[in-house]
Amino acid sequence: MNFDETVPLSQRLEWSDVVPLTQDDGPNPVVPIAYKEEFRETMDYFRAIYFSDERSPRALRLTEETLLLNSGNYTVWHFRRLVLEALNHDLFEELEFIERIAEDNSKNYQLWHHRRWVAEKLGPDVAGRELEFTRRVLSLDAKHYHAWSHRQWTLRALGGWEDELDYCHELLEADVFNNSAWNQRYYVITQSPLLGGLEAMRESEVSYTIKAILTNPANESSWRYLKALYKDDKESWISDPSVSSVCLNVLSRTDCFHGFALSTLLDLLCDGLRPTNEHKDSVRALANEEPETNLANLVCTILGRVDPIRANYWAWRKSKITVAAI
Amino acid sequence: MSSTSSSQMVQLVADKHVRYILMAEKKKESFESVVMDHLRMNGAYWGLTTLDLLDKLGCVSEEEVISWLMTCQHESGGFAGNTGHDPHILYTLSAVQILALFDKINILDIGKVSSYVAKLQNEDGSFSGDMWGEIDTRFSYIAICCLSILKCLDKINVEKAVKYIVSCKNLDGGFGCTPGAESHAGQIFCCVGALAITGSLHHVDKDSLGWWLCERQLKAGGLNGRPEKLADVCYSWWVLSSLIMIDRVHWIDKAKLVKFILDCQDLDNGGISDRPEDAVDIFHTYFGVAGLSLLEYPGVKVIDPAYALPVDVVNRIIFTK
Repeated sequence: MNFDETVPLSQRLEWSDVVPLTQDDGPNPVVPIAYKEEFRETMDYFRAIYFSDERSPRALRLTEETLLLNSGNYTVWHFRRLVLEALNHDLFEELEFIERIAEDNSKNYQLWHHRRWVAEKLGPDVAGRELEFTRRVLSLDAKHYHAWSHRQWTLRALGGWEDELDYCHELLEADVFNNSAWNQRYYVITQSPLLGGLEAMRESEVSYTIKAILTNPANESSWRYLKALYKDDKESWISDPSVSSVCLNVLSRTDCFHGFALSTLLDLLCDGLRPTNEHKDSVRALANEEPETNLANLVCTILGRVDPIRANYWAWRKSKITVAAI
Repeated sequence: MSSTSSSQMVQLVADKHVRYILMAEKKKESFESVVMDHLRMNGAYWGLTTLDLLDKLGCVSEEEVISWLMTCQHESGGFAGNTGHDPHILYTLSAVQILALFDKINILDIGKVSSYVAKLQNEDGSFSGDMWGEIDTRFSYIAICCLSILKCLDKINVEKAVKYIVSCKNLDGGFGCTPGAESHAGQIFCCVGALAITGSLHHVDKDSLGWWLCERQLKAGGLNGRPEKLADVCYSWWVLSSLIMIDRVHWIDKAKLVKFILDCQDLDNGGISDRPEDAVDIFHTYFGVAGLSLLEYPGVKVIDPAYALPVDVVNRIIFTK
C-alpha cells in the first residue's frame, strides 16, 4: 500500500477527476468544529466518493488514509466494509490493516467491531490469530475492555479455550490486582467446554485464590472471586474451613489492610457461620474498646473505622444484622 | 490551568464553563476538534444539557441547533453523528434528547424514528447499534430511553429486552457489555437505567450492586469504573446515577466526591477534566456538572438519573400527551 501521504489529494493525478465535497455546516454551526487542513481535505474527498458510492481500489485506499487520520469515524468504517465486499478484498490483509490502526489508538468501538466483522467472515481458522492480537493489545493495557470483549467473543465463536486459564494466570502473576483477568478466569471455568464447570473446578480455584489473597490481602478482586466460586451455595461457603481461615490469617497480620477480610467474615457470619473462639479473639484484637458483644456488630464497627469513606454502608450492614451471634 | 491551595474552598465556576462550551469549537489545530466531527451530535447533547443544567440554554440559538440537527436525519428515521454520516442508535438518542431540551419533539415524525430504533432489536432481546450489528448493553439502554421519551416502548419486546439485560448480570451484582463480560460502571448505568425505565429494577441485586458501586470511591473522593482503576470524573455520573436509581447513594461520601469534581475544573478557562490537572473536554464537563447535580450542588438544576436530562424536561415529556 504505497501512496505519497505528504502530497495533498488535490495535487495527486489519481484523484484529478474527483470534485471534493465540503461539509455543509449551515450558516452558524452550533458546535462548529475547527479542522486541520489535511483532515479537512481528506474528508472532502471521502465525502465525494461516499456520495457517489464509488467502491473501487482507490476508494479503499482513501478510507485507509482517512482512518489513519481519525479512526473513530464510523461512517468511514461502514463504507470501507462496503468496498471490501464489493472488491472481495483479501480479509487477511484487512486484519493487518486493523492492527496497524490499533497501534495508534486501540480504544475505539469502531475498530473492534470491524475486527469482529472480519474475523467472523474468516471463521475458526483465525481463532489463534485473534487470541494473539488481543494478547498483544492486553500486553500494553491489561485491562483493555474492548480487547477482553473481543477475546471472550473469539473463544465463544471461534474456539481456542485450551490455554486460556494459563493465560489468566500469566496476567495475574504480572498484576494480581487485574480485575479483568479475574473476570476472565471466572468466564473460563464456567464456560469452557474443556473444563468440568464451576463446582468441579471449585477446590483447585479456591486454593489458587487463597494463595493470591495471602500475597496481597488488599485486593478487592481476589476476595470477590473467592465468594463467586460458591455462587449460590451458602452451605459450602460457610462450611469450607479454608475460607474462614484465610480471613483469620489476614486479620492476624499487622502489615496489611483488613477491610476485605473483615467484610468476608461479616458475610460468613450473616450467612450462618458459627464463630469459634479463634474468630472472636481475632476480631477483638482489632477492636478499640468498642463494647460489642455481638461479633457481627463488632466487625461492622471496626469496618466503619478502617474503611471510613464507606461508613454509611457499614452502619447499614450493622442495622441489618439479625444473627444472634455470641 | 491553576490549582487551588487546600485552604480555599473551590466553587463551581459555572460562568466559565458556559463560556468554555460556547467557545470550545474555535481551536483550529486541536486534535480534539478533528476527532469530534462524526460525533458532533453527542458533543451537542453534552454541551447543551450542561448549559440547561446551568440555566443557560438560552445562550444558543434554538433555530440553528435544530436546523443543523435535522440535516442529520436519514430516510430510515435514524440520526447520524453529523451531516453526511450514517445513522446510528447513539446519535438518534442524542438528537431526541436535544429536541426534548428545546421542547421540540413534536417536529419529529415519531413513527419513523421509533421504527428505526425498534428494528434494531434482535431475536434474543438485545439491540444492535446499527445495520452492521454490533451488540452491547449500551444500545439496550439507548433504545429503551429513546423510545420511552417518544412514548413508543410498545414497539419493542420489552420482556425480551429485560431478559437480555438480566443475562448480562454478574455475581458481583454488576453488569457488562455482553453476558460474562466484566462489570463496568458505564455498562451498569446503561443496564440499571434501562431496567429503571421499564419498571424492572426488581431484577437488580440492589444491596450487592450498591456495595460494588460504593467500593468505586477512592481515598481522594473520586470514583473509578472498575476495581483498581483510576478515578475519573465521568464515573461521577455513571456510578452516582446508578446508586440513585437503586436508592443507595448514601453509601458514598458525597462531600469528598464534590471536592474531587470541583478540583477537576479549569478555574481560569472553564471546562472540567477527567482528573485534577488534566486537559478539559466537553464530555467530562458534562459529566462533572451532571454529577454535581446529582449531589445537589447549589446553582445546578436537578437531573434525572435514568434519562440524563433535567427533571423539568422529563416532567414535561411525562405530562404531555
